[in-house]
Amino acid sequence: MTSQTTASESVAVPAVVVGTEAASVDAPPPADEVRKSVFHRLRRDPQAVITASILLTTVVLGLLANVLPQHGPNDVVFANINLPTGTPGYPMGSNTIGQDIFSRVLHSINTAWVSALIGASVALVVGTTFGLIGGYFSRLRSGVEWVFTVVMTLPGILLLILLMPVTGGDFRATMLIYGFLMSPSVYRIVRNQTIGVSKELYVDAAKVSGVTHTRILFRHILSVVRGPIIIATAFLTGTAIGVQAGLAFLGVGSAEIPSFGAMISQGFRAINIDPLQFIWPSLFLGLITASIVLLGNALRDALEGSRPKPQKISATQTTGGFAAEATEPADPTAVLQVRDLGIAYQSPSGTLNEVVRGVNLRLRQGETLGLVGESGSGKTQTAFGILGVLPLEAKVTRGSVLIAGNELLGASEPELRQLRGTTIAYIPQEPMSNLDPVYTIGSQLVEGIRAAGDLTRPQARTRALELLERVGIVDPERVYRSYPHEISGGMAQRVLIAGAVAGHPKILIADEPTTALDVTVQAEILDLLRDLQTEMDMAIIMVTHNFGVVADICDQIAVMQRGQIVETGAIDDIFDNPQHEYTQMLLDSILDEDTIRQDPPAVVTQGAST
Amino acid sequence: MTAPLVEATGLKVAYPVSGFRRPPVEIVHGVDFHIDAGETLGIVGESGSGKTTIGRAILGLAPVSGGSITFDGADISHAAGAARRALAKDIQVVFQDPYSSLNPSLTIGRTLAEPLLVQGWDKDKATKRVLELLDRVGLPKNAAERLPREFSGGQRQRVAIARALAPGPRLIICDEPVSGLDLSTQATVLDLFIEIQRDTGVAYMFISHDLAVIRHISHRVGVLFRGEIVELGTTAAVTNDPQNPYTQRLLLAAPVANPRAQRARRAERLRLREEQEATYGGLEKLARRGIARAAAETTPRQFRKAVSS
Repeated sequence: MTSQTTASESVAVPAVVVGTEAASVDAPPPADEVRKSVFHRLRRDPQAVITASILLTTVVLGLLANVLPQHGPNDVVFANINLPTGTPGYPMGSNTIGQDIFSRVLHSINTAWVSALIGASVALVVGTTFGLIGGYFSRLRSGVEWVFTVVMTLPGILLLILLMPVTGGDFRATMLIYGFLMSPSVYRIVRNQTIGVSKELYVDAAKVSGVTHTRILFRHILSVVRGPIIIATAFLTGTAIGVQAGLAFLGVGSAEIPSFGAMISQGFRAINIDPLQFIWPSLFLGLITASIVLLGNALRDALEGSRPKPQKISATQTTGGFAAEATEPADPTAVLQVRDLGIAYQSPSGTLNEVVRGVNLRLRQGETLGLVGESGSGKTQTAFGILGVLPLEAKVTRGSVLIAGNELLGASEPELRQLRGTTIAYIPQEPMSNLDPVYTIGSQLVEGIRAAGDLTRPQARTRALELLERVGIVDPERVYRSYPHEISGGMAQRVLIAGAVAGHPKILIADEPTTALDVTVQAEILDLLRDLQTEMDMAIIMVTHNFGVVADICDQIAVMQRGQIVETGAIDDIFDNPQHEYTQMLLDSILDEDTIRQDPPAVVTQGAST
Repeated sequence: MTAPLVEATGLKVAYPVSGFRRPPVEIVHGVDFHIDAGETLGIVGESGSGKTTIGRAILGLAPVSGGSITFDGADISHAAGAARRALAKDIQVVFQDPYSSLNPSLTIGRTLAEPLLVQGWDKDKATKRVLELLDRVGLPKNAAERLPREFSGGQRQRVAIARALAPGPRLIICDEPVSGLDLSTQATVLDLFIEIQRDTGVAYMFISHDLAVIRHISHRVGVLFRGEIVELGTTAAVTNDPQNPYTQRLLLAAPVANPRAQRARRAERLRLREEQEATYGGLEKLARRGIARAAAETTPRQFRKAVSS
């Protein structure tokens, strides 16, 4: 559930135009929306509605088992053997010993549901309890784990048959034991979820607040693991019914209890006389188990949220295709020119939500442009748009991106590949997550170098080592052989810079390249970028929220707010004399280096609160 | 001067490592500091310096493997169970990530009421207090019925502050509480922290990697490097006239948001680096060779270390 939330958030973030802090308070309060929307989604899902109605009907039929049929389930009337379906008093006919099949089916429904209830609830209670304990108390985990592993190794059905003398053939006792045997599957789900949730900071905050472990488990953890448990239970219910029927089919258990398994077994023997004797119970058993599984799937979709499929955008929504209808003329002196760029995301309701709204940028050779803005301003989306690596849900609605006079928007993937690396390169924010943990640094660099140019493997290796040395790595041979986890974040960023500049790109797009790094490392990375820029005469777009970084490395600034550039200019001009009020506000919010807290420590008034 | 509110003496924190008979990994190697009532002690350090771990040790979320922490004169290094829960009234926390620090399935009101209810408040009183708290941190009253995901990062952090304030604590551990926020939000949240401190007299241990933030809120600052405090003193002394070479480097590494000043600082940083590398060698040696700040701040242990190196 947690991973789901973050995933959906990361999709939703660009779609929301983040305004001032107070903006979202004015939004209508969708209280309890989660639960309501789950129910709503279920109600609108035909699969859920149909299967739930079928299951409900069987339950009702089962409850009327002593009312509807005219015979008891075990009443044997030898005069009435093998009656065909539709005989008065025997709506589904009778079996080889003259029992009413209708009556037996209805009673079998009850047997099935009671089995499901006992099996699933035992599995649920045992699995959830120990899953919470094993997941939350790390000291007890290995012990609990061991017990459940042993339970998992037990051969379920065989054990149930062997234990017949103990259970006395009562299917309820059998299902009780089977519940224990099923509990590891619930245990595993709950344990894994609990381990995840108990690392969340709000659990720590609850501990600090003096909340007892029991309360934390029930209030904070159970509420999060609830969804997966509900889904698992739906499937366990189906399994329990199937196993009970299977055992009865094998003839294990009391013959007194009408059950689908026993009926199918009996029907088999009469298959040449009347196949319907075998088809009726099979039909109901199949209907119930299939409905349970399908309902379980519908529940999973509703609770875990199946993502809405991206829809085709109609031609009317894309304005102007890819033709530049920019007011600005093409500038031949610019290495990169972005004109009237628009990028939109589709909201769940299907409308397009523009997150980049007509951005104009111009970058000259050897120049560094700082693209500055707060979260949600669209600065990263703009960078991705220029690189042509927007996620699939994003649509470029308008504009033009010219690199050395060539239009990038609408270019084919092979054309773009040609440009990437050799003309335009990228440095990401999170160096670590941009290196593949299973390959060595060296092999990843060589792969990139060979993709960008026609070098043989040994040549690429030499080039990679040269590059590593160039980016200030002291022992290139060792780093070349290392895996990403063996190097520090700063070193990883150096490696990525080495990869980015391998093809002598004309333009380097750096997306918050130092945000994840320590300040001392940040300073060194900025030094490195500056040196490389001079050496290779690169133009750099520095996407950042940090005005210190801007002041350090940029020549030009473009300030972005809500998808638009509100102000551009030379760095000294903007810092000295910002024109737009948003820029002024941002510059004013910078914590002044010269102000140090002056007021003395607060006087403690006894019993102070609020 | 009365006794300090919190005092750590030779505090060591080591995490057990999974695996048979593997020795625990020590993150904090014996630090000494104190926090007086009503003051802010800033702890600045880079990633892996152990700054978060020190905070967690005070909160009882990290195991103390050596030395001691006292609160109000009583040793709380190993307080557990009921003793730890009793401390909840006095010691609270605001974490860095406002997204994971609020339970997504609980309304703001229930999140805020929880610490009060477990302290034995009755429901009506707790509800009233929740509204007071929301008002205190500048959130609208109807926020109580909403879920965390309806709020921006800055607003969530206000909720987290309100939760910390709920029982009327005397110390709040603030672990990078403004690092995840936008620039404009950062300033207002910091001001809220200061305002609350003035009003309630709560003490802060304010952990951050950002010197500008630390300068803004701290009365005194401790500089942490690889699990040791290399410099500790008043904010003015540490940030204007740092004695430890590591602190000097740290201060110059932070870029200033002014192009001309930054050009000068960059030159100064490169000069200092050259000079220090000639004298001491790498960063590691540099910090260790540092002279711990003298005077009242320096504990005998630190002083011995400073003299012997």
